[in-house]
Amino acid sequence: MATAERILTDEMVAAIKAYFPRYPTRQAVTLPALHIVNDRLRYVPLQAVVEIAELLELHPAEVQDTLSFYGFFKQDSPHGNTRAWVCRSIACALRGGEETLEYLCEKARVEPGQTTADGRLTLEFAECLGACDFAPCMLAGKTLHKDLTREKCDDFLRSLE
Amino acid sequence: MAKFEPVLLANIDVPNSFTCAVYESRGGYQALRKAVGPMQPADVTEVVKTSGLRGRGGAGFPTGLKWTFLPKGHPGPIYMCINADESEPGTFNNRILMELDPHQVIEGVILSCYATRATTAYIYLRYEYPLCYERLQLAIDECYAAGYLGKNILGTDFALDIYLHRGAAAYICGEETGLIESLEGKRAWPRIKPPFPAVEGVFHKPTVVNNIETACCVTHIIDRGADWFKSIGVPADPNNPRDAGSYGPKLYCLSGHVNKPGCYEAPLGITLRQLIDEYGGGVWKGRRAKAAIPGGISMGLFTEAEFDTPLDFAGPGRVGCLGLGTAAVVVLDETVSIVDFLHNSCRFFAHESCGQCTPCREGTAWSLRMLNRIKAGKGRLKDLDLLLEIGDSIGIIPGTTICGLADGAAWPIKNAIRKFRSEFEEYIRSTNPAGYAVVDAVPALPVLAHH
Repeated sequence: MATAERILTDEMVAAIKAYFPRYPTRQAVTLPALHIVNDRLRYVPLQAVVEIAELLELHPAEVQDTLSFYGFFKQDSPHGNTRAWVCRSIACALRGGEETLEYLCEKARVEPGQTTADGRLTLEFAECLGACDFAPCMLAGKTLHKDLTREKCDDFLRSLE
Repeated sequence: MAKFEPVLLANIDVPNSFTCAVYESRGGYQALRKAVGPMQPADVTEVVKTSGLRGRGGAGFPTGLKWTFLPKGHPGPIYMCINADESEPGTFNNRILMELDPHQVIEGVILSCYATRATTAYIYLRYEYPLCYERLQLAIDECYAAGYLGKNILGTDFALDIYLHRGAAAYICGEETGLIESLEGKRAWPRIKPPFPAVEGVFHKPTVVNNIETACCVTHIIDRGADWFKSIGVPADPNNPRDAGSYGPKLYCLSGHVNKPGCYEAPLGITLRQLIDEYGGGVWKGRRAKAAIPGGISMGLFTEAEFDTPLDFAGPGRVGCLGLGTAAVVVLDETVSIVDFLHNSCRFFAHESCGQCTPCREGTAWSLRMLNRIKAGKGRLKDLDLLLEIGDSIGIIPGTTICGLADGAAWPIKNAIRKFRSEFEEYIRSTNPAGYAVVDAVPALPVLAHH
């Protein structure tokens, strides 16, 4: 294929290669590699898929096949500075999870899955986050927001950079 | 009977409980010293087998027996996969263990690997647990430094590496062969069995897949002995040769409409009512309970009248539920509409079906469309029979799918409609007075956005 500009930096390539000794096959590094790219670029564009495949000695279609199964990695454009997952499963739903998601969407003026116009926030629904003791809850980046109320949602939105 | 003493959660309130130093000061890694060197791997397996430990991940398969399915005298490598893809709605006990006592987890993993002669262990961790990832990685690094991992563990020729492997937010990766496929870098489509993982698992090698809480139980069984473990819980029914009993302590997750949601350790066999009243501080807001999920949403529903059923491996089955599952109890108070409950459940499974088997992919999607229709005021009484038809025909129990996800989707449908049928009928009659009795086929619906 035509040579597009390379997307994976030397640092990313080194991080991916560091996983090779952990597994007897290169293909097993697919998910770690996707995470390495996604952590840095906030998405995994097709060019990155091609370059990952090259590193793992796979066809790009094999990497794309795995990537598209999960619905976790965006491909068209990067997600916002913060990606937040609001739980809608049963334990949260019983304590106002769906209303919390609705409230956040309304305040941030997005639908679930979308990014705000200023690029600060991508808001998503999540199935059970495994924090039912703190329902309703939200995982924003690496931070678990517990026992959400409207006030806590407001504080969260104000805190975004 | 002596007062029950928690062991799995014994350390979680200690400051810095996640560090190696604190864990060792509380007796940590003593079980490892007892086993690695002084005991042969087969002896460790024998102790675990004798203890009656059954897997804590949901299926309840006897752990020691699972280990003995590995081929004898295999040249290796043998792999250990630890299932930390905890995604069953209502379940969070593994998260508590990994965040607050990761060394207890690691010690159990090392012991399990020693017993099975596995030389590499992968902990498959769901992406949504960033703190677990951090704490487990720290614990693993500390273990290499302390000589509990790597080559020549405790001066023996036993060698072991443990790696963390992060998932990407897919429920199906908690199914053991889905987990294996995902670990290999493929889409997480469960495999047809046989061959079982013990014979041909990850990378075509013999593999054991165990849950995080199961690994923790192994630590305490080696530390305190099989007799101690067997003294807790519910003995096997002597009149039923197929009953393997329900021994040992269990972590119960309690959430939903209770005053004190949380993870509580109790002997297997506590009743759902005891759990709510003695641990959870009762139903919230002074209300009455209407129903409860007994062990994760896949297991179905208890009605309030069934709350005295013991939460052991055999109990939930006696009132028509699928089983004990993950022992995650979610309480629904009297204000909850069972229609809303079932809609939530069907939406979850439609979203999480991996799409490999047609009955599950189509059954879960259509059940959600029907629930959407009922909630939109277009329901018909006939829909309840259609829903039950789906519920009775998808899954490995009717024999139409490869894995148990569809059984988990079916049980809430079957239990909700069979145990609360009058509520569904009343809902449909009152929201669709003009059409509730129509029995004609409905033209194919336009595809509804249900994801």
